[in-house]
Amino acid sequence: MDINVTLNGAEHSADVAPRTLLVDYIRRTAGLTGTHIGCDTTSCGACTVLLDGKPVKSCTMLAAQAQGAEVTTVEGLKTAAGLHPIQSAFTDDHGLQCGFCTPGMMLVGAALITENPNPTEEEVRWAISGNLCRCTGYINIVKAIQTAAARSSAASESTSETNGS
Amino acid sequence: MFPSEFNFVAVSSVAEAVQAKVVAGEDGRFLAGGQSLIPMMKLRVAAPETLIDINGIMGLSGISRSNGHLNVGALVRHGDVVASEVTFGAIAAAAKWVADPLVRNRGTMCGSVAHCDPEGDWNSVLLATGAAVVAAGPQGEREIPIGDFIAGAFTSTLGEDELVVGLRIPVPTGRSGGAYLKLERKIGDYATVAVATHLELDAAGTISAAGLALTSVNPINTKVAAAEAILVGQQPSEELFAEAAEIAAAAAEPRDDVRGSAVWKRQVVRTYTKRGLAAAASQAQGS
Repeated sequence: MDINVTLNGAEHSADVAPRTLLVDYIRRTAGLTGTHIGCDTTSCGACTVLLDGKPVKSCTMLAAQAQGAEVTTVEGLKTAAGLHPIQSAFTDDHGLQCGFCTPGMMLVGAALITENPNPTEEEVRWAISGNLCRCTGYINIVKAIQTAAARSSAASESTSETNGS
Repeated sequence: MFPSEFNFVAVSSVAEAVQAKVVAGEDGRFLAGGQSLIPMMKLRVAAPETLIDINGIMGLSGISRSNGHLNVGALVRHGDVVASEVTFGAIAAAAKWVADPLVRNRGTMCGSVAHCDPEGDWNSVLLATGAAVVAAGPQGEREIPIGDFIAGAFTSTLGEDELVVGLRIPVPTGRSGGAYLKLERKIGDYATVAVATHLELDAAGTISAAGLALTSVNPINTKVAAAEAILVGQQPSEELFAEAAEIAAAAAEPRDDVRGSAVWKRQVVRTYTKRGLAAAASQAQGS
């Protein structure tokens, strides 16, 4: 069947079997391997992508269900202007060790700070509660998401000041 | 992992969905959020020949109050319930304990109810609040009280050609409160034990309606009618709730498993029933 999605801002279409999972569409058909397959049973969140801005587990969704939707993978975080604030913050705060869970953690973090520009530690921990990390003990992941939120808020404040003047 | 092959049918109306199911017969399955069905298909526990995707049906995504009921459409995600301002008591309390945030962005409340997983959270909440399932079939719509809907583990009384299109949950008219206390090893795990409570108070502060249901300690979600019966007509008190908790603990048939011993789980039922009823009463008294 024909699938048409907006993948990281660009139109992407392919003819795939109905049983193709979204994660396989992204990794094999579109060739974007930043989205990982971890547990493959809806537990770990390594396959997290944003579907119309909301984090979902792409191993538990058919590509057919993303028909017409906007899908953002970790490759879509960086823009021409540079790394996404969540990516810089993960780098600066050492929000990763092996890196396997990192794409999912960053996408959940990016979605959280879009919705809630100033999340508390508790709110960050709730937001990432569907994503497992086996290295860091989560401390630096939480810290990185809060750093990204603080930097984004500061940046948007300075932008609005500029616009206002 | 990936599912066995199937025919994929995307429908855009309830009538089309029902017609597709009539054609597909018992080997057809409806797909909403897919957060239970797709894992089952990947594990080959389920292998439907036809998958009928209902996500494109307009008008099933709403959660609203009308005619004294909270109406939840078939495409309302758990996350929508968490965010909703029209929920109440046990419904509002349970929403954020269903699965994890990412699963809640996809999975639907109606899908979870229809799935009848005995360790699922929603059916206990619906038993406690006296809800009904709205099913659409070739002959039109009908309402099925949740107690009649749940037939067993992973089994409902839904007809082969019927689709769950919504839920109707009575909204209490007077003072009310509810809770859902869930003990889980980690976010996303099934409940080790969970207890749903719902209380309504009359003008004198007497309990006029009570709901109590247990998750994960019986072969199916279990309404504890005997405990509800002793609550109604009484003033809320610690002694009364302790008595109800004894009945709930006796109604539980937990098993020893990786989540804990049966003895301990029964004790959790006792404690959570007391706490859940106290929380419901305190919410009702403050409302």
